[in-house]
Amino acid sequence: MASSPKLNSRIPEGSLENKWTHLKSTVRLVSPANKRRLDVIVVGTGLAGASAAASLAELGYNVKAFCFQDSPRRAHSIAAQGGINAAKNYQNDGDSTFRLFYDTVKGGDYRAREANVYRLAEVSANIIDQCVAQGVPFAREYGGLLDNRSFGGVQVSRTFYARGQTGQQLLLGAYSALERQVAKGAVKMYARHEMVELVVIDGKARGIIAKNLVTGELERHFGHAVLLCSGGYGNVFYLSTNAMGSNVTAAWKAHKKGAFFGNPCFTQIHPTCIPVSGDYQSKLTLMSESLRNDGRVWVPKAVGDKRKPEDISEEERDYYLERRYPAFGNLVPRDVASRAAKQACDEGRGVGPSGLAVYLDFRDAINRLGQNVISARYGNLFEMYEKITGEDPYKTPMRIYPAVHYTMGGLWVDYNLMTTVPGLYALGEANFSDHGANRLGASALMQGLADGYFVIPYTLGEYLADDIRTTAIPTTHPAFDEAEKAVHERTQKLMGINGKQTVEDLHKKLGRIIWDYCGMSRTEEGLKKALGMVLDLKKEFWTDVRIPGAVDEFNPELDKAGRVADFIELGELMIRDALMRNESCGGHFREESQTEDGEAKRDDENFAFVAAWEYTGDGAEPSLHKEELTFEVVHPTQRSYK
Amino acid sequence: MAESINLKLKIWRQRNTKDSGHFETYDMPGVSTHMSFLEMMDVLNDRLIRDGKDPVAFDHDCREGICGMCSMYINGRAHGPLKGTTTCQLHMRHFSDGETITIEPWRASAFPVIKDLVVNRSAFDKIIAAGGYISVNTGNAPDANSLPVEKVKADEAFDAAACIGCGACVATCKNASGMLFLSAKVSHLALLPQGEPERKERVMRMIDAHDEAGLGSCTNTGACEAECPKEISISHIARLNREYLRAGMSQE
Amino acid sequence: MIASLRMFYSSVGRKLVMAMTGLFLCFFLLEHLYGNLLLYKMDGGKAFNEYGEFLVGNIIIRTVEFALFGGIILHIIDGLYLTYSNKKARPVRYAVNQQSKNSTWFSRNMGLTGSVIFIFLVVHLRTFFVPHRILGAESSMAHDVASAFQSGMYASLYVAAMLLLGAHLNHGFQSAFQTLGWNNHKYASAIKTAGTLYALLIALGFSSFPIFFHFDIMGVASNILHTTL
Repeated sequence: MASSPKLNSRIPEGSLENKWTHLKSTVRLVSPANKRRLDVIVVGTGLAGASAAASLAELGYNVKAFCFQDSPRRAHSIAAQGGINAAKNYQNDGDSTFRLFYDTVKGGDYRAREANVYRLAEVSANIIDQCVAQGVPFAREYGGLLDNRSFGGVQVSRTFYARGQTGQQLLLGAYSALERQVAKGAVKMYARHEMVELVVIDGKARGIIAKNLVTGELERHFGHAVLLCSGGYGNVFYLSTNAMGSNVTAAWKAHKKGAFFGNPCFTQIHPTCIPVSGDYQSKLTLMSESLRNDGRVWVPKAVGDKRKPEDISEEERDYYLERRYPAFGNLVPRDVASRAAKQACDEGRGVGPSGLAVYLDFRDAINRLGQNVISARYGNLFEMYEKITGEDPYKTPMRIYPAVHYTMGGLWVDYNLMTTVPGLYALGEANFSDHGANRLGASALMQGLADGYFVIPYTLGEYLADDIRTTAIPTTHPAFDEAEKAVHERTQKLMGINGKQTVEDLHKKLGRIIWDYCGMSRTEEGLKKALGMVLDLKKEFWTDVRIPGAVDEFNPELDKAGRVADFIELGELMIRDALMRNESCGGHFREESQTEDGEAKRDDENFAFVAAWEYTGDGAEPSLHKEELTFEVVHPTQRSYK
Repeated sequence: MAESINLKLKIWRQRNTKDSGHFETYDMPGVSTHMSFLEMMDVLNDRLIRDGKDPVAFDHDCREGICGMCSMYINGRAHGPLKGTTTCQLHMRHFSDGETITIEPWRASAFPVIKDLVVNRSAFDKIIAAGGYISVNTGNAPDANSLPVEKVKADEAFDAAACIGCGACVATCKNASGMLFLSAKVSHLALLPQGEPERKERVMRMIDAHDEAGLGSCTNTGACEAECPKEISISHIARLNREYLRAGMSQE
Repeated sequence: MIASLRMFYSSVGRKLVMAMTGLFLCFFLLEHLYGNLLLYKMDGGKAFNEYGEFLVGNIIIRTVEFALFGGIILHIIDGLYLTYSNKKARPVRYAVNQQSKNSTWFSRNMGLTGSVIFIFLVVHLRTFFVPHRILGAESSMAHDVASAFQSGMYASLYVAAMLLLGAHLNHGFQSAFQTLGWNNHKYASAIKTAGTLYALLIALGFSSFPIFFHFDIMGVASNILHTTL
């Protein structure tokens, strides 16, 4: 298979270890005098956005940064708990750049680009240095040096952490670097602003239309380049561990203006979340994966056994992970654990009021180690669980269920992180690049910061070096007129529907469809059915949504409506992608493609490619472009955790 | 415990910054005690939208107690009655049947109301921009382990850095002072060797930014510490004062 | 603005002024209490009067007295300014505010207790300080004290004022330490305890005079009132 001619991944020549070094020393540069004259727009201020905005401003570019929250410090990177991986080998346990690279490619089930992943592993060490220099209070040992832990079943301790709040500390570090540039006037910060359209002039990204969420006004912003650092699209499922405001709008607008969307069906479902308690549920809360180190997962053997867990004897319990995966037991990777929980619940053996939960039991661990030890390890998590559920996990087993957590798919980018629209870049979770079909624990933070601190400052110059003679295009340019007009018309259309269903109603319906048919387990039949349902839902949305209030005021319902409209379109694309990919890999499980004992079966012969989807117009079927994945160093094998 | 309770909500409604605002009362029958406080607000808003009325605007995002976006003054207390808990983590089982719950926005001249319960907290960003950072450009950092940090200090720095910037300290303080927020950042950076070079300038500049924002001064009532959802200690304010005194005495 | 005093103009700087003047006044109160205790010497007020005369005659003491008044005035002006600017920081008050759940009444009402103490101070100075130190009254000061407290009204005003002063000091003492930065996890409770003990000593110590003299407990009043020096 050859890659589509429309996809140039721009992977540098040379051996894997030398590609990035080679690019860094040969990439074109922009002189300081010219940087001053170049405007860069950064959308989103999470780990990728804040670090990119700060680093580019330090280099001398004029940066405009946008976030929909009231402060850049609130981006959802803040909620990451576990840690950040880096190949520092501080523990002398045999870690190396190559091992981190290898684990990531394998963990991603061989659907990521080798060159990108190697670079990620390479810069991982610099990230830790940078963050420590910024004052990020990582956990330390008594000798004053940095502490590490093993995370997500890997065999080395390479995860740096700051209690259970690593994402928060890293983001606040990047945020402080960003605010420093704001104070210097190098970054102009636009909080409570949302990008609602991309402006493309002569085939290049040249700016955005942003909505001031407080006043409802539309603003035009020019940029020589536009960086989308707007995160993932997990909220397409309605219920996810994403923040309420996390959305795909910026990326989706870019997609409709020519940026290809990569592997949209690759979503990660995290096995240990607090289950849904009622139809009012607005979001799901993640419980750290580390709980599976000591907790045992089980369901009753009998279907429909609704007794209290304490009343179910040892013989009547099914510790299904230990039974099915004797080698890894409760520590199997996220996708495997999630799928097994779903299967148990589908068989009618789920627990709790909804039947959509399994037990995570600490009884044996408490008996073996004592409550003090368990409390020292997981005290804060137990507390959080009790706060939310009102149940004491020291006395009764936790109930957990999988929830959507991360999206590996995203805008297709080349090695330089540029999308198929020249001048438009995607960083962090917003791009598809590094995690393949499944992301390893503690790698999301690493990728966001790698892209922002260490990749884009180099690769952006390659493009902007040609642009030093482009003077700022006035925002009176017809392309801006047109883009703003499109946004305006769409808003008017939304406000004019005045139907019966709330935005939430429709969002919940979408979530239900995607979760049921494009969630943990997918079939051709189900996906075909879901495609019809989503297309119907789109019509329903545009004829029956009800949005209160006015356009020219603070109107969160209107903002949400715009986001849900985009989620519906993205949902359609996810289903198409899942339907096309008739293999199981990572988080994508097609029931048609499984081994005899029900495990995921990859099809490297036919599907070792990145699916990059091109938008071809409203109502038209998107067209698929394939980027062939070649593995020169790591040779694909079937994962087994038996 | 009852599975559902009936409540009355007395909520501050204000169209925009210029509007003078007023309270409105809503009946909330059959509230599930498993709901979070914000989910109850969702249910109310859902009803208001269906009735053709304007939903209540409130800030919220992560709903897991870490982003610092949610901000309600519930029954006279920032983030409600539960210690060490943000509004989004507060659940309805902590309220009783028949209760009237009064909900107000953060009140401070530095935090003007945008709409209903939504306020503008950009004063906090300005305080951080004034010096809440270590001036190190990307790419300049030495190896992370070249600078050991005493564990006790690193842990204490973390305690301070755990601030989520929600503004509950300002909302609670009778003087609408932002000292707990400000001190958390000053203390975090003062405890680490990386923060040493800018130590004096930082504290002076950040306090100036705090005062310029129109936030009040600290009178050591300790209310902020009691209501902080991350339970940040006022000993950080003492450290801030110490830093200030030291910087002030040595300034040329 | 005097540049070298820049640090005292910020919100923290003004608090430093409050703390420093406050601690200075705390020290003065101890000295004052020591002087008053001489009234219990059962020597007809001799030691007390002599001590008073010593204070009047000593140039250093007189200088310190100016500093003391300066301190009081600074403490008051700064307090007023802080109260004013703090009120300005919250123009709209809460309809429901359960401050009692997170702080003590006295910690929140230092301005109020301070104002009452100020009124008391004026009365107190008018009764004792002005006649003896400024107008140079020839009478025995001990005698004046003892007779003043024979009025039930006056004695109870004194007791009430001293209890308020105690409450003011209870918060003020530890607050000053906090403001000066002499507070951390290790010392916090020790400072709090010391502050409470100090406040109790001052409040009970000073309250004892109106009570003992009014009720002539152990004959302290008659000892002075029946002695002519």
